[in-house]
Amino acid sequence: MSFLLHSKNGQLVLAIVAFAAVVALLLLTARLAERLRGRGRSGVMVLLFGGPALLLLAVGLVYPALRTLWMSFMDGSSESFVGWANYAHVFVDPAGVVALRNTLAWVVLTPLCATAIGLVYAVLIDRSRFESAAKSLLFLPMAISFVGAGIIWRFVYEYRGAAQEQTGLLNAVIVWLGGDPVRFLQDSPLNTLFLIAVLVWTEAGFAMVILSAAIKAVPQDVMEAARLDGAGAWQLFTRITVPSIRPSLVVVLTTISIATLKIFDITRTMTGAQFDTQVLANEMYDWSFVFGDNGIGSAMAVLIFLLVIPLVIYNVRQMARNRAVRA
Amino acid sequence: MLVDEEEARTVIVKTTRARQVAVVVAGGLVSALALSACAGDDLGGGGGDATGADCAAFEKYGTFDGETVTISSTISDQEADQLEESWADFTECTGITIEHNGTNEFESQIFVQVEGGNAPNLAIFPQPGLLSRMQAEGHLKPAGADAQAAAEENYTEDWLSYGTIDDELYGIPVMGSVKSFVWYSPAEFEENGYEVPTTWDELMTLTDQISADQGDETVKPWCSGIESGGATGWPATDFVEDMVLREAGPEVYDQWVNHEIPFDDPQIVASVDRAGDILQDPERVNGGIGDPRSVATTPWAEAGLQVLDGSCSLFRAASFFEAQLPEGTEVGPDGDIFAFYLPADEAEDRPLLVAGDYVGAFDDKPATQAVQAYLASPEWANSRVSIGGVVSPNQGVDPANASSDVLRLTLDLMQDEGAVARFDGSDLMPSEVGAGSFWTAMTEWVDGRVDTEKALASIESSWPK
Repeated sequence: MSFLLHSKNGQLVLAIVAFAAVVALLLLTARLAERLRGRGRSGVMVLLFGGPALLLLAVGLVYPALRTLWMSFMDGSSESFVGWANYAHVFVDPAGVVALRNTLAWVVLTPLCATAIGLVYAVLIDRSRFESAAKSLLFLPMAISFVGAGIIWRFVYEYRGAAQEQTGLLNAVIVWLGGDPVRFLQDSPLNTLFLIAVLVWTEAGFAMVILSAAIKAVPQDVMEAARLDGAGAWQLFTRITVPSIRPSLVVVLTTISIATLKIFDITRTMTGAQFDTQVLANEMYDWSFVFGDNGIGSAMAVLIFLLVIPLVIYNVRQMARNRAVRA
Repeated sequence: MLVDEEEARTVIVKTTRARQVAVVVAGGLVSALALSACAGDDLGGGGGDATGADCAAFEKYGTFDGETVTISSTISDQEADQLEESWADFTECTGITIEHNGTNEFESQIFVQVEGGNAPNLAIFPQPGLLSRMQAEGHLKPAGADAQAAAEENYTEDWLSYGTIDDELYGIPVMGSVKSFVWYSPAEFEENGYEVPTTWDELMTLTDQISADQGDETVKPWCSGIESGGATGWPATDFVEDMVLREAGPEVYDQWVNHEIPFDDPQIVASVDRAGDILQDPERVNGGIGDPRSVATTPWAEAGLQVLDGSCSLFRAASFFEAQLPEGTEVGPDGDIFAFYLPADEAEDRPLLVAGDYVGAFDDKPATQAVQAYLASPEWANSRVSIGGVVSPNQGVDPANASSDVLRLTLDLMQDEGAVARFDGSDLMPSEVGAGSFWTAMTEWVDGRVDTEKALASIESSWPK
């Protein structure tokens, strides 16, 4: 037994045996199910093919979620029950309050700005000669990781004293125009806005691609009828295009909101979450993995989960409705 | 006819299924083997191929036929190769194979490994805080008698105290660095007739002298940066720790680190203010970059590079700043850049702020203890130091073996009998403070958003009850 568990070769043998056993079990049950006839058959089939997926979901998603919930009511080492103390800490600790305030700003501003920019861009380039080139241009940042984007924008925002030669792009422009260099990442509360701009930069391309596809699906006859009725470009946009692509707009907005709630890479690389730029996800990481306090870390995870749930439900229902309309 | 057809179909179905099974199982085997091959790569090393080593020196460790000792650490890449090279003769002569597994994820993985029953035999902990956490959870074994005897012979009490828990020696320091250094340009010092200061007052006089001689809007005597991604603030906490050792002394330092006095004790306030004499004076920082507030957003190593440009003359940083210098930089008393000891109030007092790696054992098998004893010996320390890049606080190391002038200077300080070594306090404090509120409060203090009293009071209130 100890050979199997505690030596590298033993573990390898164990892994192969377990793997072969699972495969054999699956093939055997599939074969048995095939023999079944009549009413029982479809039920068994559902269980057979849906079962493993359900099991994996239970092990990989449901169990950890319940465990996190349980840990959020326990102390730092998950040994004794502390009630709501961890949640109280999140809402009372001055750093926690700053994180909540900033997270709110992120979740409100990022989806709105990214979607607005993506929508306007999609409308402007629609059916133009340079459409595909223009699209790739805005879509490119999507291919950059958040950490990469953070490092790039750190250089753009870099600050040097007024007497020094500016090394940051933006400050170089400002000084060239005769202004004083700005501490983009250091002066709160504006620094949070400059961090949000980085996420908008990466997410606008996503919004643009989805919305551009939706705009192309707006029926031409409706557009032409409206034009014949004397509608101008603005009226076409607000009365025909936007209502027609509303379901896509909702999906884009909610998807970006969910991504924003999880963001922590950008603050971590650009300001180290200093200078009042802390956000909930980064604070959760610090408490759980740097300070080793599972209680407070889990409470923050649960909080983020609660904030995401309504968005996910709305998103799913909207998608289901879209499918019903199309069908 | 009909029956035949039915039979034939069954045969075909059966063979197809058998083939499917064979394919799936074969696929599984291939991927499992590929995985094991990768694991084999990771665990490689040990062995060594040096031949003809003189085995007499290793007789005292005994011989072990075919025994394997595993070591986990944070040491990876080139440094890991150098580490494995350092014990090649030992493994050849004793017959012990050492499997070293170094990973950046050591700090989180070691707990997973240990709790999963997969503990290595030895681990090299990058700081004593981790060692004592491991000991508190009951996973460590005290060093064996030979290792303990070797440690007591070769290390100073200061260094051993950080590996000692409840009067038992668990961790033995293997490699270390000294943080109390000021980097400067020897050429500039010679040109202007500056002398390396030996007391704090001389350092401040020199600062003002440089300011008067060269200071203008862009050139200042000092440069500094404390930005370091998710760990922003640590260089400022090191600076403060060095000041506590100088302003209040090692005894107060110990009380402060162990929270026997409040974090915002008046002596600590005075120490932070002393750091502020440099870090918050617009006449003294931040050469080549901006005003004192710019210290908060400048990457720490980038600040030091200003010494090479001549935008500043003095930069406080640990011995390992050498690794951050551009290739081709000459480091030495006659080179482009060199370091001097950050002086204390009196020239006779030499408090050192240090950091280092400690090796601890998870079992008490004879082979494990033999390796731990070897790592505590001057033979290993000299072997490792000769290979280059690092130094060891082992008192038996010959400074001539150091691979650079800065490392030689570090060794001289480590072996200086008048020096008092104290470990980097933020590594010893609870991590909410040492990797949390201390960093944040010092960053806010450097940024000029809070005064000294307020910054220290906020750290005091964050100390876990």
